[in-house]
Amino acid sequence: MTVSNASNDTPITGAEILVKCLAAEGVEHIFGYPGGAILYIYDEIYKQDKFEHILVRHEQAAVHAADAYSRSTPDKVGVALVTSGPGATNAVTGLSTAYMDSIPMVVISGQVPTRAIGLDAFQECDTVGITRPCVKHNFLVKRTEDIAITIKKAFYIARSGRPGPVLVDIPKDITINKAVFDYSMSTEMRSYKPVERGHSGQIKKAATLLMQAKRPIIYTGGGVILGNAAPLLNDLVDMLGYPCTNTLMGLGGYRASSPHFLGMLGMHGTYEANMAMQEADVVIAIGARFCDRVIGNPAHFGSVPRKIIHIDVDPSSISKRVKVDIPIVGDVKSVLTDLIAQLKEQGINTQETALADWWKKIDGWRGRKCLAYTQNDTVIKPQFVVQKLWEITQGDVFVTSDVGQHQMFAAQYYNFDKPRRWINSGGLGTMGVGLPYAMGVQRANKGADVAVITGEGSIQMCIQELSCCKQYGFTPKIINLNNRYLGMVRQWQEIEYGSRYSESYMDALPDFVKLAEAYGHIGIQVTQPHDVEPALKDAFGKYKDRLVFLDFITDRETNVWPMVKAGKGLSEMLLGSEDL
Amino acid sequence: MKHLISILLENEAGALSRIVGLFSARAYNIDSLTVATTEDPTLSRMTIATSGSDETIEQITKNLNRLIEVVKVMDLSEGEHIERELMLVKVRAVGKDREEMKRMADIFRGRIIDVTEKTYTIELTGAGSKLDSFLAAVDTSLILETVRTGSSGIGRGERMLKV
Repeated sequence: MTVSNASNDTPITGAEILVKCLAAEGVEHIFGYPGGAILYIYDEIYKQDKFEHILVRHEQAAVHAADAYSRSTPDKVGVALVTSGPGATNAVTGLSTAYMDSIPMVVISGQVPTRAIGLDAFQECDTVGITRPCVKHNFLVKRTEDIAITIKKAFYIARSGRPGPVLVDIPKDITINKAVFDYSMSTEMRSYKPVERGHSGQIKKAATLLMQAKRPIIYTGGGVILGNAAPLLNDLVDMLGYPCTNTLMGLGGYRASSPHFLGMLGMHGTYEANMAMQEADVVIAIGARFCDRVIGNPAHFGSVPRKIIHIDVDPSSISKRVKVDIPIVGDVKSVLTDLIAQLKEQGINTQETALADWWKKIDGWRGRKCLAYTQNDTVIKPQFVVQKLWEITQGDVFVTSDVGQHQMFAAQYYNFDKPRRWINSGGLGTMGVGLPYAMGVQRANKGADVAVITGEGSIQMCIQELSCCKQYGFTPKIINLNNRYLGMVRQWQEIEYGSRYSESYMDALPDFVKLAEAYGHIGIQVTQPHDVEPALKDAFGKYKDRLVFLDFITDRETNVWPMVKAGKGLSEMLLGSEDL
Repeated sequence: MKHLISILLENEAGALSRIVGLFSARAYNIDSLTVATTEDPTLSRMTIATSGSDETIEQITKNLNRLIEVVKVMDLSEGEHIERELMLVKVRAVGKDREEMKRMADIFRGRIIDVTEKTYTIELTGAGSKLDSFLAAVDTSLILETVRTGSSGIGRGERMLKV
């Protein structure tokens, strides 16, 4: 972080102060949309050259893009700028999405002038009140003198501890009143002191327990990615030789190409990962929170005796759904560093014989080949498209996704070897994030290839951003797995609601090829399995520098398997239609 | 199980609603809540009376600590503490009830702080359970109005919640 300490005694406007604060924080890009209450700030943006502003087509997309800007980089904090009233309410979905996945982000919203607050002024809403439950923290700035300290605290709070979005609401008069700019103050807060290092006694206990494990599993989540601890996780797994599974948010935390990787676990996790999780005698959870989509029914999970070590930066994540034996509160990177050092000091003496038996059992589960599918000559299977995408891109592009079946296929068939390459909305499950996420990724990682794995339902939720992509030269390759159904809803309706497909069919879909062309991009429709590979190759080759909308007409009623039905236990998986 | 949770928080606009919002968002109970500024005007002290399983209370204290403006949290019920609540009760005091009400107020160490021809207003302090007992001991039909502040709590002796 580059912080300019230069203080000048000449008072400047609040808008000027804000722009200087952002520059001092090293902000290079902000995503936003102007409006009345925030015009003084936009006026200053016009005059400055420290950062680039990206004009989205809907505020929701600005916040999603800022979110992905953070997700795809180890140290940057995305910034979004919106106006008061509808600008702020449109930002709420984006804030909630980022909050659920603990993504650092700073959102600045305009507010009506202080004298008008509470008088139902034009474009007024209680932004701080509305966003309070879906941000890590928020502020209403009441004095121009407070802008600098508030922005500095906002960035500090967003990126420290368990990260999260912070909103700063600034009334219009505060942005035109004047104060002296100073950014040298401390962000020290007596009420906010995030834990850094884990308790050494607990780490020792964990190391000892790990050595006693006969059927261990290393279960890791988004915390490993957010904490930039993926290299350490790879070291830990490799030195122990234990099986490792990642949550949806944790993919890329451990390299998928390793034989120790069991794939994703949870509702649509692999058979081997779920069985191993259920039958393990020692579980070490790292930056993961035993959520309902991961362990299914907690009572069923708890019916097997096992010891659990849980490493998390947030104490409230520990023993929330599952009772933990060895809690370790701390930054994942710091705790893993200490744990690895401790293991090395103690010496690695794993239970070789028991471990060999455990791996034999796991290989038996792997033998079920739960992700196998058959691709025929006539209808494109969605899994096939993702698998081909993985092959053609050699597993090395950024993949954003929306929410639904395509998201699960992406998680299952695109094998991530690196962290921060898989960008999706895990906690909130927000349809429509895929395209704005790609914009954020490309702005944060200039020149990077991005694939948006989506469906015809999700892509229409932020389709207007095709226009933003044209303006700023974003070139994602949109992989539209078009089955003419809200696939995941239809799947649940088939399985749980007697195949009554209530409102899950979309009639009158647009011609996506023409739509892409109307926005100035390339559209390609693919209907035949043998055309999948050439189309993908063209998108990443011939049309590398263009946005390509690939509309894959896929099998209508393919389901995502395996599946643990809601409320069921992890080992009660359905592996295919024959299990229904 | 009932718990009395003490919270020291920054005396800032919105801090109270963050705490109340947390309780409603996560479906925790609030039996009573009191809050006021401390001797240090930058801090507020809050007492929340709540109930729940041990796991729920653990989550409540953890989530309170997660709020940026919360400085310190203590579950007073985990140790020796004193609990007090203030209640004002307006009662019908005519005929033979007038003497009876005076006697009840004395028994519960209450004070009559307002007198009219037909009513008394009694001030009572004590643990919530004592105030409950008073209300149970008095003929319900004579109770005209009750106002309770909710419990305030403090640790005994050296047990303190300070910055």
